[in-house]
Amino acid sequence: MRRVRHADVVVIGAGPAGLAAASAAAERGRSVLLVDQGLRPGGQIWRHRDEQALPSAARRLMARARNAGVKLVSGCRLVDAGSPNELVIDFRGRIDRHQTDAVIIATGARERFIPFPGWTLPGVTGIGGLQALLKGGLPVADTRIVLAGSGPLLLSVAAAVAQAGGRVQLVGEQAGAAALRRFAIRVLRDPAKLRQAISYRWACRSAPFRTDTWAVRAHGDGRLQSVEVSERGHLRSIRCDWLGIGSGLVPNTDLGQLLQCQVEHGAIAVDALQATSVAGVWAVGECTGVKGDEAATIEGEIAGRAAAGDAAGAGSTALQAARDSGRRFGRLLEETFAPRPEVLALATPDTILCRCEDVPMRSVDPGWTPRQAKLWARVGMGVCQGAVCGPSCTALFGWSANTVRPPLGNPSCGEWKSGLDSAD
Amino acid sequence: MARTADVTVIGAGLVGAATAVGLAEAGLSVDLYDAEFPGSGSTGAAMGHLITMDDTPAQLALTAYSCQRWRVLAPSLPEACEIDYCGTLWLASHPEELVGVRDRITAFAAHGVRAEVMEERRVREQEPNVCPGLAGAFWVPDDGVCYPPAVARALVDRAAALGAAVHSGERVTAIAPHEIHLANGSRRPAGAIVVAAGVHSPELIPGLPVVPRKGHLVITDRQPGLVRSQLIEFGYLHSAHALGSASVACNIQPRRTGQLLIGSSRELVGFDGRINRVLLNAMLERAAKFVPAVNSTRVLRTWTGFRPATPDKLPLIGRWPSLPDLWIATGHEGLGITLAPGTADLIVAGITGRPAPIDPSPYAPDRTMPTMTTAVA
Ligand SMILES: Cc1cc2nc3c(=O)[nH]c(=O)nc-3n(C[C@H](O)[C@H](O)[C@H](O)COP(=O)(O)OP(=O)(O)OC[C@H]3O[C@@H](n4cnc5c(N)ncnc54)[C@H](O)[C@@H]3O)c2cc1C
Ligand SMILES: Cc1cc2nc3c(=O)[nH]c(=O)nc-3n(C[C@H](O)[C@H](O)[C@H](O)COP(=O)(O)OP(=O)(O)OC[C@H]3O[C@@H](n4cnc5c(N)ncnc54)[C@H](O)[C@@H]3O)c2cc1C
Repeated sequence: MRRVRHADVVVIGAGPAGLAAASAAAERGRSVLLVDQGLRPGGQIWRHRDEQALPSAARRLMARARNAGVKLVSGCRLVDAGSPNELVIDFRGRIDRHQTDAVIIATGARERFIPFPGWTLPGVTGIGGLQALLKGGLPVADTRIVLAGSGPLLLSVAAAVAQAGGRVQLVGEQAGAAALRRFAIRVLRDPAKLRQAISYRWACRSAPFRTDTWAVRAHGDGRLQSVEVSERGHLRSIRCDWLGIGSGLVPNTDLGQLLQCQVEHGAIAVDALQATSVAGVWAVGECTGVKGDEAATIEGEIAGRAAAGDAAGAGSTALQAARDSGRRFGRLLEETFAPRPEVLALATPDTILCRCEDVPMRSVDPGWTPRQAKLWARVGMGVCQGAVCGPSCTALFGWSANTVRPPLGNPSCGEWKSGLDSAD
Repeated sequence: MARTADVTVIGAGLVGAATAVGLAEAGLSVDLYDAEFPGSGSTGAAMGHLITMDDTPAQLALTAYSCQRWRVLAPSLPEACEIDYCGTLWLASHPEELVGVRDRITAFAAHGVRAEVMEERRVREQEPNVCPGLAGAFWVPDDGVCYPPAVARALVDRAAALGAAVHSGERVTAIAPHEIHLANGSRRPAGAIVVAAGVHSPELIPGLPVVPRKGHLVITDRQPGLVRSQLIEFGYLHSAHALGSASVACNIQPRRTGQLLIGSSRELVGFDGRINRVLLNAMLERAAKFVPAVNSTRVLRTWTGFRPATPDKLPLIGRWPSLPDLWIATGHEGLGITLAPGTADLIVAGITGRPAPIDPSPYAPDRTMPTMTTAVA
């Protein structure tokens, strides 16, 4: 028999935002379940094998959650929710139903890819994906690696590659030098971000970093062999074993959509206390807009307090000011690293748009609706349900997000069935 | 507007799309309207089973004729329409379900449709993943499957190539004698009008006996070869028949991609498209009872759609008396994909005055029927 359990607050996602939210709620006497599909807590940024190797902020936050009595379950996924009070969670193959009074969505962000010829060749991977491979122990010593894309993630992954002994041939940032200067000035005002930026740049100091630079075409016979880049207006070819790509991050709004929360500009809409449009549901961190781990932690703190009934604590002037500052930084990120028109025009009619279903650009018409593209050309119908091509289509054609239908994350039919209500 | 088309078709689901092609092929000028895009309605939610059904002689006549028309149509359709003649295997749990099946075989044969009884051993040879212990099966090899929204798109393209004017994204808000009103406030003159707006037809023709009957579908990941023919349990007949209460039945379809499409459920809840998890659970239990390996497939997505249901389970095809030159083509419930080509032929025959290929009277929209409330009760 399926078990039905209860927690006062359930937090989905154990990145910085979720960890902070769970701790704040638990410190206020609530029973808190923190669920993450990863093997260890920490989310994307603090993905790790050895907790001792993490930055002190991460270790502090994890210890805080433990001390507060948060019940953390890793390797577990939320697969369905009939309502915000009825969550169906896959505990490594066993399905449990969880009743709760409050849900905090902290499901983070996804990488955005803008298709270009050759981007689906083996050897081409997302920068974030590459980072995960590195943390998982991918041997890169003496392999040639090119990173081309946009956003702060580029530099942090370049640093990780260099530390692992990989030879970074080029770090190409598509944003222009002027935009990057404006961004740098803002970062200079923030000691923590500045320190991080300097440490990343130092770690990959031998790698050439170029602005106004992007991958135009990946070449290879069955596997990546070289990449053609446009470097400040000049084309050149670079031989490489790995190419990391990614045009920034976009909020992962799936769970918000499943719970019918309002989504605006591709992010779950929230008020000053991080409450969504649905009663009893809060959202924090990147799923409400991409703005970095510090801001995510602040938002988690606010929502954890609010969900535990401490509205005054959640609304404190200091927290609210920090939150606003995080949001401003998020807007700056978005402006600085928005895909530029030349990059949006790279795909040819043969370039794959939807990888799961092998749909080339020529099969779709920008004048369609996303639903039309799905029904007529299978765009977003595959295993990832548009997680990859959805953000591409939004950037390329201005399409709104794909609709989300249960279940989330492809559970087996037998597992999922056992989480559904039965008549008896 | 410069010209008044001979016929205005409202709705570009599979029924309206096929009708527009038929009219254009008959040499008539056609205006085709769809509120969203071709195939966006029930057609975009359907399983796409092309199936011979014999609830009543009239249902058998129209499904058999339509399946024959599909055979002619199929080779001219693009790859994306995914037409496969995988056959239907009706699974019998108890021997009594097979009682009377000889008469059905005879009736099918009278319409040129092959069918046979299959004993358990052969069922398991053809479908190794079906559970053991069945009483046997009823095998209809000529049934097939298609991908309905691609067919609607292809047929609308064909109608356009034959000169039809296609108006996608234009909702018709009202019909008047020889005139239609559009959501943007404009009015367009019309000759004959065909309402093929599926479950939304009563919004244009108040009093039309059509209600939405909701169904759930589940699509899995790719598991090529797990199931080869469309598998339906005999209990499906009772499920499809009773209009009132909610019901489920095992209905598993192999897609060209290797995916399984799993149905089916039926409920009358108006236009509430939310997923009913109790019913869905029962539906998946049914599927897993007949094919236990369904449990190990991965589920990609679940959705719901609405079948345009009538009180006597037959479609409404023909003239409607409230306005001059007004024609109806809807009410096909769970068979509108199958029945689209036959429906188109009947409408074309009616409008052009040519002889109909089969007797149209059982489908006349103004036939006597139980009222909807009696049928539901
Ligand atoms: C691929 C990738 C790599 C990144 N690398 C860096 C980096 O190196 N440096 C940097 O500064 N920023 C990085 N970021 C950005 C980083 O995510 C944010 O700055 C910060 O971690 C935001 O915290 P968060 O809690 O909102 O989200 P995240 O840290 O992304 O945490 C979300 C968590 O939710 C879990 N989750 C999602 N859906 C479910 C579900 N249905 N059930 C259970 N768990 C679920 C995920 O497993 C994840 O652990 C990266 C982002 C991505 C997408
Ligand atoms: C879950 C499920 C499974 C099914 N499986 C099968 C199957 O396997 N085999 C089978 O034969 N049938 C099946 N059906 C039934 C089939 O889907 C329908 O009978 C069929 O699609 C009806 O086609 P239609 O063209 O009449 O309606 P629709 O496809 O609904 O087309 C009507 C069109 O009219 C448009 N419209 C509506 N109102 C207006 C307006 N005011 N102005 C302009 N346009 C308008 C809509 O946008 C729509 O595109 C299934 C149905 C469901 C729900």
